[in-house]
Amino acid sequence: MFYREAGQFKSTYAKDQAIFPIKQDKLGVLAIFLFALLVVPFFASTYWLNSILVPFLVFAMAAIGLNILTGYCGQVSLGTGGFMACGAFFTFKLTTAFPEINIVLIILMAGFGTALVGIAFGLPSLRIKGFYLAIATLAAQFFLIWMFTQNPWWTNYNPAGVITAPPRALFGDFYITGALATPLNKYLFLLCFVAVMALVAKNLVRSAVGRAWMAVRDMDIAAEIIGIRPMFAKLSAFAISSFYIGIAGALWAFMYTASVEALAFEVTRSFQVLFMIIIGGLGSILGSFLGAAFIVLLPILLSNAPALLGIRMSTDMIAHLEFMIFGALIILFLILEPHGLARLWQLAKEKLRRWPFPY
Amino acid sequence: MNTRMLTGWGFGVPGTIILIGLIFQLVTQVDSTFYFAWGYYFEILIAGLLQGVMYSLVALGFVLIFKASGVFNFAQGSMVLFAALTMVGLMEWGLHWALAFAATGAVMVLLAISIERVVLRPLVNQPHIILFMATIGIFYLLDGIGQTMWGSELKSLDIGIPRNSVEILENVFEGGILINRYDLVVAAIGAVMVAVLAVFFHKTRIGRALRAVADDHQAALSVGIPLKSIWVVVWTVAGLVALVAGIAWGGKLGVQFTLALIALKALPVLILGGLTSIPGAIVGGLIIGAGEQVSEIFLGHFIGSAIQSWFAYVLAMVFLLIRPEGLFGEKIIERV
Amino acid sequence: MTNAPRLFNEVLLEAKNISLFFGGVKALSGVTFDIRKGEIRAIIGPNGAGKTSMLNVINGFYHPQEGTIRYKGEMRRAMRPHRAARQGIARTFQNVALFKGMSTLDNIMTGRLIRMRSNLLFQALYWGPNQREEIKHREFCEQIIDFLEIQAIRKTPVGRLPYGLQKRVELARALAMEPDLLLLDEPMAGMNVEEKEDMCRFVLDVNEQLGTTIALIEHDMGVVMDISDRVVVLDYGRKLADGTPDEVRSDQRVIDAYLGVSH
Repeated sequence: MFYREAGQFKSTYAKDQAIFPIKQDKLGVLAIFLFALLVVPFFASTYWLNSILVPFLVFAMAAIGLNILTGYCGQVSLGTGGFMACGAFFTFKLTTAFPEINIVLIILMAGFGTALVGIAFGLPSLRIKGFYLAIATLAAQFFLIWMFTQNPWWTNYNPAGVITAPPRALFGDFYITGALATPLNKYLFLLCFVAVMALVAKNLVRSAVGRAWMAVRDMDIAAEIIGIRPMFAKLSAFAISSFYIGIAGALWAFMYTASVEALAFEVTRSFQVLFMIIIGGLGSILGSFLGAAFIVLLPILLSNAPALLGIRMSTDMIAHLEFMIFGALIILFLILEPHGLARLWQLAKEKLRRWPFPY
Repeated sequence: MNTRMLTGWGFGVPGTIILIGLIFQLVTQVDSTFYFAWGYYFEILIAGLLQGVMYSLVALGFVLIFKASGVFNFAQGSMVLFAALTMVGLMEWGLHWALAFAATGAVMVLLAISIERVVLRPLVNQPHIILFMATIGIFYLLDGIGQTMWGSELKSLDIGIPRNSVEILENVFEGGILINRYDLVVAAIGAVMVAVLAVFFHKTRIGRALRAVADDHQAALSVGIPLKSIWVVVWTVAGLVALVAGIAWGGKLGVQFTLALIALKALPVLILGGLTSIPGAIVGGLIIGAGEQVSEIFLGHFIGSAIQSWFAYVLAMVFLLIRPEGLFGEKIIERV
Repeated sequence: MTNAPRLFNEVLLEAKNISLFFGGVKALSGVTFDIRKGEIRAIIGPNGAGKTSMLNVINGFYHPQEGTIRYKGEMRRAMRPHRAARQGIARTFQNVALFKGMSTLDNIMTGRLIRMRSNLLFQALYWGPNQREEIKHREFCEQIIDFLEIQAIRKTPVGRLPYGLQKRVELARALAMEPDLLLLDEPMAGMNVEEKEDMCRFVLDVNEQLGTTIALIEHDMGVVMDISDRVVVLDYGRKLADGTPDEVRSDQRVIDAYLGVSH
């Protein structure tokens, strides 16, 4: 009843090509953003900020990155953890070497560095496809983690092999990393940063380069025959995807955990992000957010639900249950809805558009 | 395999081994901290080859399933873990190992049936990459179930294979070459299993049907081969292979979660050997096992230790760039 | 067409002595023919005669072991298909090769990719040159959509379309490239009579209104004889005959190849 597009006529192509061609969508997204920006800070507890909202935003960033590569360009990657580690360690080295440069710039530079690494490990994609490529990306995963654990230079010779976020301010004394940063500061910064990056990602996938990615994903031979350079399409996907993932790794290390070792980015991290995009929706920016929310919330729900029901469970048991439920959900989603939560949301909207008179 | 290939391999393999040894020998002239002796080199090489057989055991399961259903079964590693966990669990109940083996075999059959029912059947005709991701789901599901049922602490699995080392060729090399008896026995078991599989594939009716299915699903269906039961058979065979691999690995390292991750090492083996070739899985395993051990000991001297964690993958990646279809894989002709 | 044969003199593409092998199998052996600017050229022959292989050679997907190709007066070395596309060769496929995950409009827009110039930064912002360019190309695609009468399915994912429409969308995507040479691989296969008539009309319109040179493979002899200016006949990878529809129709070897010879 309230969600109708009737009466909204588009008279220019520009309007028809907008991200949210329907007015209610546009207002809805804006409202959610403003709510998160202006209202949430007054209600959210430190626990909520630190353990739910911050990791959610960081993971959403990583999921957008992987979704560009896997969901849009069709190149399955199991190297996400390795690229996240790149972002984290590059940021650490850069910001300890140049403490005067603004941390946001440093993070972006680390992102560019990771993009270069991504291109290097993306080169095999020019010759190999599918599972072969997935295995080749495992090489990136294991090699990069090895490099960061093996070489004490990366941690500035920390005896425990750990990097710890130094205090850095966005401006003035608005600290976003280190001991002086409040959870609220981190949250507000992440919210704005991730929103901008998501907008950029959305713009890319609806532009020429995005269409080139999707063409390669859907049928690479036909894509080449209509003039798409496969090298450019695949390597740009690897570069931009790694850029996002690297930044996500930096945010993870500096804002979520504050101190981290290379093993935090093991291969299980890669699977975790892959699950986010499968559950959230392959080839959907919105899906990246939904999938990240799902994966962040499920373990919290699992560890709290038994207590609420009065059942006592060991943490081990919860970890195993988590494994089982993730596995089962992946299979379920692939069988029932390969396009994930994002597609379910879209179907719901289509229903809503006609509600309450479906005919 | 024609004679040209045989002579190629016959000279190429020993040639490469000796060449690499000679290079190391040369290095000792330049760098005095670098230790090299032929006896030591061969000892590591043999240990690596035996380790490689164990990779092959896991890789074999992948190949079987990929050949018959085109599914890249990422969960093979967790099937190994699951089988080993079940076997240990049953033995802890006091079952004799032979009984536990039989019971675990039965469990693997049930597992194959349920995977076919619950996962494969609804996903028939989906793109390969979707099926691949579904097997990642199975990977997690199986790990979760296995550990929930049998616990996640390290367990030892002992079915009475001797573990001491024997010394051979004392009079050729100084100090002789030490070989672990356990690894030898496992290699022998592996060889027997490959022989049995070869007979199964080439001499039995069901084997012929399997090969037909591997060639073309539609065509196989149209001549009346029941696709679904074939898949159950393949997954069962792969499950049994996983059981053997699980006993071998579990006996060596103990049974716990890391087994499932060690099985990831079988992936570069597959790439090297080609996804559809059983001999490829064996040769690939040997190359990866030997290459990994030798490079860990000798190259590790220069670039740092623990390169085992990535060496196999990087080797496979470089190899893919040169020959995307693997050593024994079929050449891919693209059509439009 | 019953009117007098049209005359074309300028050679657009010339294939000389093309031979192509797959291992021991000879797909093409010593095929020589040319395509002239502005004509509709048909390639016919029984199944397995090497027709699709010939198209694959022309747009750079296969590299012949022997022979040369001269395109727009220039000798061509082995090249990748995307280079051929940039030089103005577009094609459709025997089995529809659309991008199934994308809408009709997006599929057609991919045909414009070779003409899009704005850099990644502007694309990331979706602003300035990029937005102007998106709109300019959208307008062009809308003209093609009007031309092929597929307005109603503009935003439908192509995977959901019936076969006949998919073939039409594929033609639209090829046209969006504004090709000089359009290769059509069995554009009418699997269509009913009305769909075939529509498709014939589109092919003729493209040729007449846009002046595009067309090379097509087709099994429906009625269609071939009606719309093409010149026909080349292949059999077992060799050229059997080459000429106007009337000449080819009366060629004894062609009749033998199609009807079989009694020995």
